[in-house]
Amino acid sequence: MTKIADFHAYPDAHGRFGDFGGVYVAETLMEPLAELTEAYNRLRNDPSFIAELDRDLKYYVGRPSPIYHAERLSRHVGGAKILLKREDLNHTGAHKINNTVGQALVARHMGKTRIIAETGAGQHGVASATVAARMGLKCVVYMGAVDIERQKINVYRMKLLGAEVIPVTSGSKTLKDALNEAMRDWVTNVADTFYIIGTVAGPHPYPQMVRDFNAIVGREARQQMLEQYGRLPDAITACVGGGSNAIGLFHAFLNDASVRIVGAEAAGEGIETGRHAASLAAGKPGVLHGNRTYVLSDENGQITETHSVSAGLDYPGVGPEHAFLKDAGRAEYVGITDDEALEAFHLLARTEGILAALESSHAIAQAMKLARELPADALVLANLSGRGDKDVHTIAAREGIEL
Amino acid sequence: MKTRFERRFAELKAAGRTGLIPFVTAGDPLPEAVVPMLHALVAGGADVIELGVPFSDPMADGPVIQHASERAIARGVGLKTVLGWVAEFRQTDADTPIVLMGYLNPLEMYGYERFATDAVAAGVDGVLLVDCPIEEAHVLEPLRAAGLDQILLASPTTAPARMERLCKASSGFLYYVSFAGITGSAQLSTDDIAARVAAIRTASSAPVAVGFGVRNAGSAVAIAAFADAVVIGSALVERLAEATSVDDAATRAHDFLAPIRAALDARKG
Repeated sequence: MTKIADFHAYPDAHGRFGDFGGVYVAETLMEPLAELTEAYNRLRNDPSFIAELDRDLKYYVGRPSPIYHAERLSRHVGGAKILLKREDLNHTGAHKINNTVGQALVARHMGKTRIIAETGAGQHGVASATVAARMGLKCVVYMGAVDIERQKINVYRMKLLGAEVIPVTSGSKTLKDALNEAMRDWVTNVADTFYIIGTVAGPHPYPQMVRDFNAIVGREARQQMLEQYGRLPDAITACVGGGSNAIGLFHAFLNDASVRIVGAEAAGEGIETGRHAASLAAGKPGVLHGNRTYVLSDENGQITETHSVSAGLDYPGVGPEHAFLKDAGRAEYVGITDDEALEAFHLLARTEGILAALESSHAIAQAMKLARELPADALVLANLSGRGDKDVHTIAAREGIEL
Repeated sequence: MKTRFERRFAELKAAGRTGLIPFVTAGDPLPEAVVPMLHALVAGGADVIELGVPFSDPMADGPVIQHASERAIARGVGLKTVLGWVAEFRQTDADTPIVLMGYLNPLEMYGYERFATDAVAAGVDGVLLVDCPIEEAHVLEPLRAAGLDQILLASPTTAPARMERLCKASSGFLYYVSFAGITGSAQLSTDDIAARVAAIRTASSAPVAVGFGVRNAGSAVAIAAFADAVVIGSALVERLAEATSVDDAATRAHDFLAPIRAALDARKG
């Protein structure tokens, strides 16, 4: 394990986080990606762009989001204080808007008139449709046919916002296939089209750009912790599918050695059953969707189908920076099963009056585990990355209730 | 010692012929038809064969090749099976160069060193890895060391300075993707392609094959005016998809290619 002096120095100019990341795409995409990298590098250091983004985050998204002490939940669990970073209170109900607001501004600066996006749970699709509507851009969202079925409310939300939702019927008909299809659209329509990737995966510069736009979560949280509690948390946790909300929270804390960092992956029905989406806990390094990272694949190199009760975590890869943090020993990645996530969902609803997204419920479950291990004066901060309204049908169906 | 590519492209040049490079997905339509089909393609006029290694997430491929991959994967076809077919083909064809075309992850899982050894032993001549641009090609060092060529793609979006780097790094031949899209699409502006290929020739003496969007004898002949070789993939894969037996697949392969071969040869006269 190599000792990393500054975790904020990554990625390098080639988009590499140590052995991970990079640009593994067809030649046709190299030039468009180079153009995007150049535009993004220019904009991210441009004070007027930063001011524009800050304004949108404040007045449109509704930032900053608070840190909330879940007192009754903490008492129920016993042990450390559980604190929640309330990304569910953002406009559109999840952290995803932090990124889409940023990328939409990049798209406008690059003169693109058409937005495409892939979506799993539909939160990123909604967040993309939202910013496209606001900017008067055409928006096409690719979504796996299986996910369309289990996230009907979000599909309708996207349509209300004026987006066209295209069902993807290839492969496993979930998030990974939606990403393939969006990439195919981009390669064909690159002249007028901007591809807003929703997670910290894909080829460089996406893992960096999506992280940067979500890193506001950790920057705010770090400052709020110092203001509200006079110190940093002892542990922070977030759910990891592709890993955008997790890297958003983690990034500001990476150089704070005293802060334990734990990512909660979807263990589905249990890692030992094979029906899960825990790429870091159970996968190995490979190449998927334009970057080198941990992937779930069989001996022939075919990407395997994943399972999670939450569509947003149902992804067989993971952002390359998480792969890097795992191998560097800076972050731990553990599995939370469907049942554990559901239990956390219900407990949070009844003790705090908050319906968390099923994705975020994995982080809540992990926070509960950490709280049990730690003393009463310890602080555990979990990213409540999204609200659970979209999951009400899924939960009802699991419990045999017809709505 | 000259490679099979060098010998084949030298023969084509000496004869004033345009090379014909069919692409088929290994394992589709029937795993047992692969080797007979490869021989049928050679009999039908193939000069080089691109054999697609099925991958679950073929990001640069259109629906025809995606579905062919899905069908092959459903039948359990993997890199190891594909290498076995190449070895079998080589027992009776020592001359036709074979390129394995696909994506990196199957090689990642197989292991690059092990793949290099096994591919050379099977009689593979080169690889075309769609998601491995020159920036990442360091991972393929074991393949180069073992004598496998890396065929690179150039596209309409490739900037001139980059084109020079591609030409330098490519070995075997250079594959010009005739438009910015996925495999199997139909747009084609022959004049634009001709101009781009002419530009490539100022930077490189490597043979240039042109593909993506070539569907029949007519489009092949149009490309042949300025390319050293023409690649045909999706239209052939589509034609093969409905084959019902080994003989049917081989016949379809031969009958699809033969008229294109004849049209290319007639063009010269």
